[in-house]
Amino acid sequence: MRWQRRHVLSTEDWSRDEIELVLEQATAMLEVLARPIRRTPALRGRTVVLFFAEASTRTRMSFELAAKSLSADTSIITASGSSVEKGETLYDTVRTLQALGAEIIVLRHSASGAPYFVAERVSASVINAGDGWHAHPTQGLLDALTLRGALGDLDGKRVAIVGDILHSRVARSDVHTLVPLGARVVLCGPPTLVPSAWRGGSVPDGVAYEPDVDRALADADAVIALRLQRERQEAGLLPSLREYRSTWGITEERAARLRPGVPILHPGPMNEGVEIDASVAHGPRSLVERQVTNGVAVRMALLYLLATAGAGTEQAGDAAASPASPAEVPA
Amino acid sequence: MIVERVRSIDPEGHESARDVRLGDGDERVDGRGLVALPGLVDLHAHLREPGFEESETVATGARAALRGGFTAVCAMANTVPAIDAPGLVAELVARGHAARGARVLPVAAITRGRKGKELADLVELARAGAVAFSDDGDPVEDAHVFRMALEYGRSAGRPILEHPQDRSLSRRGVMHEGRVSADLGLAGIPAAAEEAAVARDLAVARLAGARLHLQHVSTAGALELVRAAKRDGLAVTCEVTPHHLSMTDAWVAGSRAFVWEDESSTGVPYDSTTKVNPPLRTEADVRALWSGLVDGTIDAIATDHAPHASIRKEVEYAEAAFGISGLDTALAVLLMAVQAGMGDIGSVVRALASGPARVLGIAPYADDAVLVDPTAEWIVGADALASKGKNTPLLGRRLRGRVVAAVVGGEVRYRDDGALKGRRRGHAEAIARG
Repeated sequence: MRWQRRHVLSTEDWSRDEIELVLEQATAMLEVLARPIRRTPALRGRTVVLFFAEASTRTRMSFELAAKSLSADTSIITASGSSVEKGETLYDTVRTLQALGAEIIVLRHSASGAPYFVAERVSASVINAGDGWHAHPTQGLLDALTLRGALGDLDGKRVAIVGDILHSRVARSDVHTLVPLGARVVLCGPPTLVPSAWRGGSVPDGVAYEPDVDRALADADAVIALRLQRERQEAGLLPSLREYRSTWGITEERAARLRPGVPILHPGPMNEGVEIDASVAHGPRSLVERQVTNGVAVRMALLYLLATAGAGTEQAGDAAASPASPAEVPA
Repeated sequence: MIVERVRSIDPEGHESARDVRLGDGDERVDGRGLVALPGLVDLHAHLREPGFEESETVATGARAALRGGFTAVCAMANTVPAIDAPGLVAELVARGHAARGARVLPVAAITRGRKGKELADLVELARAGAVAFSDDGDPVEDAHVFRMALEYGRSAGRPILEHPQDRSLSRRGVMHEGRVSADLGLAGIPAAAEEAAVARDLAVARLAGARLHLQHVSTAGALELVRAAKRDGLAVTCEVTPHHLSMTDAWVAGSRAFVWEDESSTGVPYDSTTKVNPPLRTEADVRALWSGLVDGTIDAIATDHAPHASIRKEVEYAEAAFGISGLDTALAVLLMAVQAGMGDIGSVVRALASGPARVLGIAPYADDAVLVDPTAEWIVGADALASKGKNTPLLGRRLRGRVVAAVVGGEVRYRDDGALKGRRRGHAEAIARG
């Protein structure tokens, strides 16, 4: 299996082999991160631009750390508000990034599909760091790496994703990463926060909708709780955060009823006391911190694969784009 | 010219083979393989002038209409300023004459400033040349104002064209709500946003006892409401667009297969040329619309030609303007649909000629005609479009069917000399003689 892609926009059209390749590479990167000096020269002299057009602290820091651990030159651009309000369009901005020599553009944007728009118009590689409600492929991959670590092979495993599915790029990318690895995904949340088509039974392969949280959790092998944005209540999509917690929250009582060893994930940042109780968020089942570490490794793996894929095509048979063992990643 | 032995279709969709005179002159053209159509009337186009001249002007829009086979085109009133004063109507009429393309038929706003609050001076607007009234782009949300428009519109003797959309349901949606919007993570516009509005509009029209025309019907459910209302004897008419007769919401995800084609051609997802209001719906809706066209529930096919400057489309999907540029491509798409067996040519021509004329309460333009080569293939490139609006998801696609001549008021205003050259009587004989 060789890495072929120029962009990471969504894992929706990825094969299982491609996902496995990234997870293997990420595992190698975890060992780099465990070293006393967490830095390799793999991307020395390469330019990675982090273009965060939507506010983000965690994902931005994770990408920045990943790029720096590979010795890449990084620039960070943040912008807020819609392009139209700013008077500068997304197209203007990416043309500028291109002119400045960006080789990899990591893009976070509030509009679903924005990374496709950019990828069509630049010669750089584009990594989607989250677009609107659509996809967050590095989150899907880091959740897969985390669940692999906790459960081993995901074949036949049942993963319950609970919360605001409608507005969640995490839910979509989890589906598009875990299902190819053999998992079955159960989506659960208030009817107002699950797409109507999916509730009506037209769901992606490997996915089922379960309106009752206790049934969704009863036979789950793992649970992913999603962040509930407070604006949803203000927009009239649910009556109150209190009712949300009691009806769909991963409360201490619900966590206690899970089968032994069932892990709980959350993409962060958490609203403790709303979608997840504090005691669960920081309890023995929680893999939240593991997710953070794995996130850096997955992002290193993707940056490395994208930056070295070109070299691989120049020299046929070159192993540069195959998963590197820790020894092969220059220390 | 005289086109000999051409397949000719009249405004009611009836066919015959005969010689057809187009304009003056005794030039004789071999019409075999060509189709002579009546002048087509587009009930719904945005010519963008005044206010958005970088997207389209009356002159470019009138020429694009003619190149597309329309000899008359209704210009919607959602310009800046809105067409809500007699002077503005008169100016449009004058610019339409000067353009020497298709006839430009101004549609004036229903309410002052298209704000939905108070009626515009409908009688005076009609006197100045408005052929109909519409706040298109927006529905008349206030049901009382809508009732007054329908009742008062009778004294102006012009139809009210309503854009049916319940904005409290469509909210910030950017595409049809369904499986594709769920997968793409785009905010949806449910079919019910149109159906709820159509149900209200029909109820108010019944109350007002007045004629109503519904614009761009796009869902099977809305069509069914119109069908039932017609059965009850309500004076309601409706139109459908060529894109709603050919494309589905799968196009937003990158499909470029017409509903009668196998999935093969694919584009990029989130291409804003697929963003249109009402949105591209499902295959079931498209098929329902074709049955409505054939059974006469749908009175007219109207382009809803919505050209936009690239700055309004070369942005994120959610930010992009709604609309497809349609005048140049409409006829080719419809002819291809007919060739694929979606419907019969008679129904399509009726909905492009006598149907829209009836909606406007006018007779079909007897001195207008269009000559078409239904087998001519062309590629939709920016340069091939006469409209300034290049915003069509058909860009790059091969279409079949091209207008070779168009006649307005007995005058040949467009002719494709290249296409006609080899068909001139005497030409073939001259070649044979060497």
